[in-house]
Amino acid sequence: MEKIKTSIVGGSGYAGGELLRLLLFHPNVEVQQVTSERFAFKLVTRTNPNLRKNTTLKFCQMDELKSCDVLFVCLPHGSSSKRFEQFKSLAPKIIDLSADFRLNKKDGFVYGIPELHREEMQKTNFVSSAGCNATATILALYPLFKNNLVDLHKTVVEVKVGSSEGGNKFSESSHHPERSGLVRSFMPTNHRHNKEIIQELSFGEKITVHFSATAIEMVRGVLATCHVFLNENLEEKDIWKIYRKEHGNEPFIRIVKDREGIYRYPEPKLLIGTNYCDIGFEKDPNSNRLVVISAIDNLMKGAAGQALQAFNIMHSIDETTGLDFPGLHPI
Amino acid sequence: MVECVICGAEVTKPNDAVIGELIICPDCGTELEITGLDPFTVEEAPQEQEDWGE
Repeated sequence: MEKIKTSIVGGSGYAGGELLRLLLFHPNVEVQQVTSERFAFKLVTRTNPNLRKNTTLKFCQMDELKSCDVLFVCLPHGSSSKRFEQFKSLAPKIIDLSADFRLNKKDGFVYGIPELHREEMQKTNFVSSAGCNATATILALYPLFKNNLVDLHKTVVEVKVGSSEGGNKFSESSHHPERSGLVRSFMPTNHRHNKEIIQELSFGEKITVHFSATAIEMVRGVLATCHVFLNENLEEKDIWKIYRKEHGNEPFIRIVKDREGIYRYPEPKLLIGTNYCDIGFEKDPNSNRLVVISAIDNLMKGAAGQALQAFNIMHSIDETTGLDFPGLHPI
Repeated sequence: MVECVICGAEVTKPNDAVIGELIICPDCGTELEITGLDPFTVEEAPQEQEDWGE
């Protein structure tokens, strides 16, 4: 198979850097160019030091981009849509990692969670990679909303997130003495990702999701704790069967609900560098409340890994190609 | 083939199964004790209590 020529727009950020790491080791891919306005003409290893001795690529400017087969766009939110026409003229296929095209199939983009939109991805040229918190929440709750098993307006989701979600631009709040050791409720309501969650989990009637985000002492990772109320008083065995039916064959979803050992429920730290989404649950024995817990690496399943999974599907390549890292333990 | 009593996964009878033998559910990891061979039946094996939380 001839290698697919790819370029990354915005490769000095965390998601772009992670994507570069994945693409450099993908057997069907050639990385043609990586852009960064700030680091133009410098080695890509300047911002991605983990890639030393693996590449001699240098960043170029966006205006120097040549035609390629697939353009991965990793620009800050709001920047990508402004240049969409330019990007379209450079590549027949675009995978965008910003929030610009995620809602309402804007400009024909397919929402980028493969587990929900695999068939559409096989036919489209444009994929809008999903938000990290949205991915963790949607994958956790999809089996319940799809099968109409929960109260549509009583869902509460709390995510705990790592600092890399904030990108690599520093600010007063990211200054080490201020951030170290923090548990900071940074978005108790009105998080941008909530619209994605509602869009993807509404099957007919529009649902309500009460979503909050808290930054904690962690670099990578999302842990979503989702509280839903079952319409019927189902047993845990029934919940197992529903999750097995919807997610059992998914290569990157694991049901994690062990009765013994240390890691009984999903934990983000075990997923660092992997494309897995681990999902567990527990039914409150005294009510109809079901707590669903999910964990991902925000830069992988929440960004670059998921984008590569979509790329594989768009090109009829085994979707696990380049994504087989199982993680580290202990870490 | 029987259902795991905890998660409902299909659990296969080992060829050389004996009553009292412990087998592991492939999905939820629960230890199951074989309580019958014909028909094949299992129950959740008694668990040791352990403190794993904080």
